[in-house]
Amino acid sequence: MAAHQPAPDQPAPVSERGVIGWLRENLFSSWFNGLITLVTLYFIASLLIPLIDWALIKAVFSGEGPESCTPGGACWVFVQERLGFFIYGTYPDPLLWRPNLVFLLFAIAVVPQFLPISGGLRKWLAIYGVTLFPVAAYFLLAGGSFGLESVPTTRWGGLLLTLVLAYVGIIAALPIGVVLALGRRSEMPIIRGICVIFIEFWRAVPLITILFMASVMLPLFLPPGVTFDKLMRALVGITLFQAAYMAEVVRGGLQAIPKGQYEAAEALGLGYWRRMRLIILPQALKIVIPGIANTVISLFKDTTLVLIIGLFDLLGAVKSTLSDPAWDNVMAEGYLFVAFCFWVFCFGMSRYSHRLEKQLETGHRN
Amino acid sequence: MQDNPSPLDATPADAAVESVAGSEDIIVVRDVNKWFGEFHVLKSLNLNVKKGERIVICGPSGSGKSTFIRCINHLEAHQRGEIFVDGVELNEDVKNIEAIRREVGMVFQHFNLFPHLSVLENCLLAPIWVRKTPRQEAIETAMHYLERVRIPEQADKYPGQLSGGQQQRVAIARALCMQPKIMLFDEPTSALDPEMIKEVLDVMVELAGSGMTMLCVTHEMGFAKTVADRVIFMDGGEIVEEAPPGRFFSQPEQLRTQEFLQQILDH
Repeated sequence: MAAHQPAPDQPAPVSERGVIGWLRENLFSSWFNGLITLVTLYFIASLLIPLIDWALIKAVFSGEGPESCTPGGACWVFVQERLGFFIYGTYPDPLLWRPNLVFLLFAIAVVPQFLPISGGLRKWLAIYGVTLFPVAAYFLLAGGSFGLESVPTTRWGGLLLTLVLAYVGIIAALPIGVVLALGRRSEMPIIRGICVIFIEFWRAVPLITILFMASVMLPLFLPPGVTFDKLMRALVGITLFQAAYMAEVVRGGLQAIPKGQYEAAEALGLGYWRRMRLIILPQALKIVIPGIANTVISLFKDTTLVLIIGLFDLLGAVKSTLSDPAWDNVMAEGYLFVAFCFWVFCFGMSRYSHRLEKQLETGHRN
Repeated sequence: MQDNPSPLDATPADAAVESVAGSEDIIVVRDVNKWFGEFHVLKSLNLNVKKGERIVICGPSGSGKSTFIRCINHLEAHQRGEIFVDGVELNEDVKNIEAIRREVGMVFQHFNLFPHLSVLENCLLAPIWVRKTPRQEAIETAMHYLERVRIPEQADKYPGQLSGGQQQRVAIARALCMQPKIMLFDEPTSALDPEMIKEVLDVMVELAGSGMTMLCVTHEMGFAKTVADRVIFMDGGEIVEEAPPGRFFSQPEQLRTQEFLQQILDH
C-alpha cells in the first residue's frame, strides 16, 4: 500500500503581495484603469488642496473679535468665541458645572466602550449608561430638587440639547421597538393588530408633522391648565417615531432566525419570554446591528428638525448666530463646525456598531 | 393491523385517564388526527409506549412520521384524539405543555443548537432556567453528558466551529441535561455526512442501552435491528405495520411494508 504525501503549501506569486502588487491589481490593472486613476487623483488634489489651505493653513484659530481674521482663510475665532453658546445654548452661566458634570458622566459610560478593557467592565458601564446616568442627568440638568436651582428646558440648547434628544430617543426607542416587533409577530390577533396600526401610523407620517402636532396641536386637545413641557413633547414624538422604524428593523431580524431555533427552545420547555430573551432576541438583534446603527444615526441627525418648533439644538444655535452683523460671512465656518460635530458622533456610533458585530461573531452562518 | 391493539380503543375518555394513571405506559396516543389545512396528515393514530421501550418509526417521506413525534411534545398541535405523556394530558393548557416538555427531550434533523452560545452554555440553558438547577450543579451534569457523548473537550467552543456529527452529539447531550424520561429523535442522522453518521448512532445505541424510553424516526435500519423493541411503519398518515424488528424485517405482513423495505434495503 502506498502512503500518500500531502503536497506542501507554495508561497503566493509576487504580484499578489505588497504595496506594488496591490497598486497594480487595484489601480493600474490596464492602461484605461491607470488613466482613470490619474484623472481621479487630479480632481481629488485640486479640490482638497484649496480646502486644506483655507481651513487649516491660512485660517486664524485664535484672536479677539472679527478683526483678527484674514480674508482668504477660515475664521475659527468665530466658533471659538461662540463655543459656549453652541454647546450649552442659553443655560445660565453660573450653573454650567451641571451640564459639564453630565458630559463627564456621559463620557464615563461611552468612552470605555471604545477602549480595550475587560468586557465585564464595559458591560456594567453600558448598563449604568442606560439606567443610572439618564436619571442623574435629568436631575442635574433640570434642577428643582436636591437644592439645585430649577432650569427651564427652554434654556437648554446647543450640543447639550442635541445629545439629550438623541440619547433619550435612542435608549427609549430600542426597547419599545423590540416590544412592537414581537407584538407584530404575536399569535394573538388583538396585540398584533394594535402593533401593526401603531407602526404603520408612525411610519407613514413625516417627523416634521409629528413635531408640529406635538407642539401646536396637542395643547388644543388638552384640558385648559394642563401643559406639557415643549421638550418633553418633542422627545415623546421623536421616540415613538423612531420606535416604529426600530420595530421594523428588529422584525427583519426575527424573521431571519430559522424556525428550528424557536422549536429547539420550545422543546427544552422554555416559556415565551425566556425563549425570546435568551434565544431569539440575542441572535435577531445581532443580525440587525447594521440596521439598528442606521436607524440610530438617522435619529441623531433628525434631532435637528426640532429647530422648527423653536428648540435650539446645535444646528439651531449656530444658525441663530450667523445673522449677527458683527461677524461677516462666517456661514461656512459655522456649518462646517456643525457638520464636524455631527460627523464625530455619527462616526463613533458607526465604529461602535462594527465593534459589536465583531465581538458577537461566533463563526456561525444561518 | 396492529399487533397489540390497545385495550383503550373502545373505552370512554374517563376510563382512559384512569387506566393511564395505573399502567406502565409512559406515552398513550389515542385516536390522534391532524390536518394541515385540508390535508389529513395523521389519521387515527394509536400507540402505547412502555417505560424504557425503544421504538423506531420509519416510512416514506410525507408519511407523517415526523409530524407524529412532533405532536408528542406539542411542537405540532393535534386536532382530534388524546395524547398522554407521563400521565399528563397534552392540550392547549400551557402549563401541561411545559410540564411535558420538561420530561421529553428532542433531537432534531438539523441539530438546532443555539449558535450564539458556547457548547456548554447550550447544555446549561434549560437546566438553569427551566429546572432552576444551581449553576455549579448544572455544569457538572452538563460535563457528565458531554463526556458521555465523547465531546467534553469542545465545551467552550461555539456550535459553528464543530462538525455536523459533533453538533448532533452536543444536541443529544443538551437534551439529556434536562434528565428527561423520554427522548424523541427526528431523523437525527439525515443531515449528516456519511462518515459522521456512525459517531451519532454509537451514542444513540449507548443511550438505548441505559434504559431510556426512545422514539426515533430514522431510516437507519441497522440501528432499528440492533436496538428497537418495536418498529413502526407509517404511510399516508397511518400506522401500517407494527412489529418487533426480527419479524418486521424478515416477514412483514403488509405489501406496502415489503415494497418500502425493498426500496431502502436493496441498493
